[in-house]
Amino acid sequence: MSMDRSYLEYPMRRHGMDQDRYAWSMLADRAPVNWPQGKPLALWLNLSLEHFPLDARGEGFKAPGNMTMPYPDLRHYTLRDYGNRVGVFRVLDALKKHDLQASLAVNGELAQRYPALLRRLHATGFELLGHGWNMDSIHYGGLDPAREREWIERSLAALAPYASHPVRGWLSPARSQSENTPELLRAAGLDWCADWVNDELPYAFHTREGDLSIMPLSLELEDRFIVGDNLHAESDYADEIIDACDFLLDEARRTGHGRMLALNIHPWVMGQPHRIKHLERIFAHFATHTDAIWNAAPSEILAAAHPAKSPA
Amino acid sequence: MNTPLIKTPKSDPGLFDYLPYDSRPKISWPSGARVALWIAPNIEFYEYAPPPNPQRKPWPRPLPDILSYATRDYGNRVGHQRMMRVMDKYGLRGSVSLSAATLIHHPEVIELAAARDWEFFSHGIYNTRYTYGLDEAQEREMIEESMALIKQHTGQHCDGYLAPALSHSESTIDLFAEAGGAYTCDLFHDDQPTPVHTRSGKRFVSVPYSLELNDTITYVVNKIEPRRYGQMIKDAFDRLYAEGEHSGTVMCVPLHAYQVSHPHRIRAFEEAMDYICSHAGVWKATGREIAQHYLKHSYDDALAAIAAVAKEDAA
Repeated sequence: MSMDRSYLEYPMRRHGMDQDRYAWSMLADRAPVNWPQGKPLALWLNLSLEHFPLDARGEGFKAPGNMTMPYPDLRHYTLRDYGNRVGVFRVLDALKKHDLQASLAVNGELAQRYPALLRRLHATGFELLGHGWNMDSIHYGGLDPAREREWIERSLAALAPYASHPVRGWLSPARSQSENTPELLRAAGLDWCADWVNDELPYAFHTREGDLSIMPLSLELEDRFIVGDNLHAESDYADEIIDACDFLLDEARRTGHGRMLALNIHPWVMGQPHRIKHLERIFAHFATHTDAIWNAAPSEILAAAHPAKSPA
Repeated sequence: MNTPLIKTPKSDPGLFDYLPYDSRPKISWPSGARVALWIAPNIEFYEYAPPPNPQRKPWPRPLPDILSYATRDYGNRVGHQRMMRVMDKYGLRGSVSLSAATLIHHPEVIELAAARDWEFFSHGIYNTRYTYGLDEAQEREMIEESMALIKQHTGQHCDGYLAPALSHSESTIDLFAEAGGAYTCDLFHDDQPTPVHTRSGKRFVSVPYSLELNDTITYVVNKIEPRRYGQMIKDAFDRLYAEGEHSGTVMCVPLHAYQVSHPHRIRAFEEAMDYICSHAGVWKATGREIAQHYLKHSYDDALAAIAAVAKEDAA
């Protein structure tokens, strides 16, 4: 049987995007972004601190990094928990050694389970981001909005005792959203989210509750993606990030438009003893360019970028 | 005793004849070039809410699969102009494998390509609308509409075809030839152009399109490191250049701005182009130019050589 005739109808074929979430524009055509002190490159480092329940149901889909073996999959469960117990402290030490700051995306359930970890994270003074309830609470198309709202509120409430300022940013588990997520994030008082990977600078994103900003956080340069999914060597991971850093510095200097390098790092991946030195090599590379790199909290970078003034 | 060869239409569509690499007529490219190099940027549009196709899910996650959608959107927002800058630097014109709907969604991207005298060929309407399950009339409509859109928006006759998302039917190549096409990129059997049989009997040719050097295949399927991809392009060139001393070869580098233009990958591509373009004897061509040159100068020689091989088989 052949396809229904409707398969050749295209109701959303029009100028611009085929949805109304944001305006179409090319990065190269936008007004220049200028970072503080005239530095060409803004650097946003984010650590994702996650709890993967042992009894993952995979509702919607299973987040990358989730349980794959028959219950009880202690193999994956404990390796993820290793990041919260050991790995994160190695990564924090490496940041401190090179005088770098990061933001911290923390699952609400992790904050509830490990107050001792959250107290230590709070002491860093780094910006906290909402990161969903846990890695088995996926915001997917079709999720009941009341349930989703409750997950978001519960996640933010769990972080509140450890946040010096109200939480403004969000990273969804597995970077997944339902059709209602942007409205619910805005309604929960958030200003921006990092789920969308279609750009390299902040841009405005429309919701029925008012605009959010999108802060692009590269997936293609994520440790879990490069080392875990693509199985590239640790040394290649470092080379890739160093190449990206050098390219963006060069492009920013050539065009006079500020650029942003945004890296998502999982302590359960890069906090391993055989990997940490490669992360340290990346940080050392950043440290050789302190005259050109502005390392800041994501909300500060967003404020400096003024996405509301750009055509997007 | 040889077992009689049983060839059914389903087991072998009979699109091309066997022509061993060691016994072919010489292909001569313009100016005695050894390698015809063509760069095939895919300029694509992937839909936010594509309709379901029973044979293939457009996205792995429940809709809206914002991660998959945004990954492709990056190419249009950020990627194309980076890729174009490298190609401009080396005098390389693209042969665009085009989702025709992009003409309407993002004419700004098309204008950038057209201003560079790039070729546009059809890659369907959207890369989220597949050929699977279409009857012949429906597929003909999709092919003809994509060709008409290219004509209308760019003034170019669409000479080439690469099926959307490499989704084929048994009729794809016949339908494209009948719609007035000259070459297909859907066959991956050779490093030189070859004659292709179609039911209309038109003179029609396959221009080599490399899946092995396609950035999406290397980065997403084969999970290759960026610097290694750059080295693979150089290595492929070295071999095709050496063999091209005897008879012209074709090297195709298919690109997607949502892959190659990431800041950690573009340098490897640039270095590979720098290496290739430092050689004399590289014909920087388009798919159309390769097809037309071959149809004019080598196609009949190839038919004669194929007939000779068939005679050898019969003896």
